[in-house]
Amino acid sequence: MILSIASGKGGTGKTTVSVNLALSLDRVQLIDCDVEEPNDNIFIKANIENTQDVNVEIPEIDYEKCLSCGKCADFCNFNAIIDLPSGIKVFPGLCHSCGGCKLVCPNDAISWKDKKIGIIRRGTSGGISFFEGILDIGEVRPTPIIKALKYQIRSDIDTILDCPPGTSCSFLETVNGSDFCILVTESTPFGFNDLKIALEALKEMRIPFGVIINRDGIGDDEIELFCKHEMIPILLKIPYNEDIAKLYSKGEVFLDYFPEISGQLVSMFNNIGGREK
Amino acid sequence: MKIAISSAGAELNSQVDQRFGRCSYFLIVDVETNNFEVYPNSAASASNGAGIEAAKNLVKKGIKAIISGNIGPNAFQILQAEGIEVVQEFKGTVNEAVKIFKEGNYSKASSPNVNTHSGLRR
Repeated sequence: MILSIASGKGGTGKTTVSVNLALSLDRVQLIDCDVEEPNDNIFIKANIENTQDVNVEIPEIDYEKCLSCGKCADFCNFNAIIDLPSGIKVFPGLCHSCGGCKLVCPNDAISWKDKKIGIIRRGTSGGISFFEGILDIGEVRPTPIIKALKYQIRSDIDTILDCPPGTSCSFLETVNGSDFCILVTESTPFGFNDLKIALEALKEMRIPFGVIINRDGIGDDEIELFCKHEMIPILLKIPYNEDIAKLYSKGEVFLDYFPEISGQLVSMFNNIGGREK
Repeated sequence: MKIAISSAGAELNSQVDQRFGRCSYFLIVDVETNNFEVYPNSAASASNGAGIEAAKNLVKKGIKAIISGNIGPNAFQILQAEGIEVVQEFKGTVNEAVKIFKEGNYSKASSPNVNTHSGLRR
């Protein structure tokens, strides 16, 4: 089963749920897809055994062959190739590697070259096979790193994907293909607002989902009422507890201190798995 | 000779827009006749590469100089390659910008003065 842990709003507890669930299950793949700020390994403490570069392809112009016809620039939707009187100019940072410029070039003047945009790393911690991706500073496209991470998903073992916050491309790329998505939220107006956006996206993608209410006891009961009304399963409520926050701030997981929550996470996971089978 | 000024409004007494790629209007002024044309900046809402698109559009208008507030590295690269003079960090109205240009009372920029995406922070 591929289970993604997402939220919409940042800071609701995706990482808390992901790492505590992974450590409670033990034999599992955990993939930190928040490549702009991965932090699962602060808690998992995996030994990193392997690192590989992630490259994207960007166009390179052969000015000997270039006819300055401007067809490549007309095609490009991202202003990554510009047709100027002084010649065709490429802005690699804006390129989405679609390949259209190369296709429309009438004189085969465009070739591909690799550009590194980040890395993925693999390690182990107990029974957890751990992966994380890191986008290079200044790069704007997280999705190729997330794709490279998801390429590591094995079918013979369960996989947990810790999603990036928000509901933009990196979230969609991560949850795409998941068997189930857990939306971790908190019952505050911000949590509620972003939850609704995230679940609209999941409905559109036909990914089954349920909600974990984290820091239960703060805020209001809007989310609970909403979920009941919309018949969205509330999978678990994690009570608000200052000790959990203190442990988190020290880079420690809570499962040893709150074994009952750890047990609830495991039975929730098994239930979801059963629902999928 | 025609020069372009990034402007917050469509008038000669409008303030110079401190953003280049995401300014509201470009006023293209003929410094000999004081005639001017107004172009709403079509690049203002571009998701990416607004400076590049704005610079590309200006190049087509045959201008010799641009007066603005902040110009980032991508737009600067285009303007420089096309031999367009860049005057940055100008504060005041479009009229005042034209005046300092006519009097030669300005310094030409030799490098961009802000980083990419700075126009999105406002």
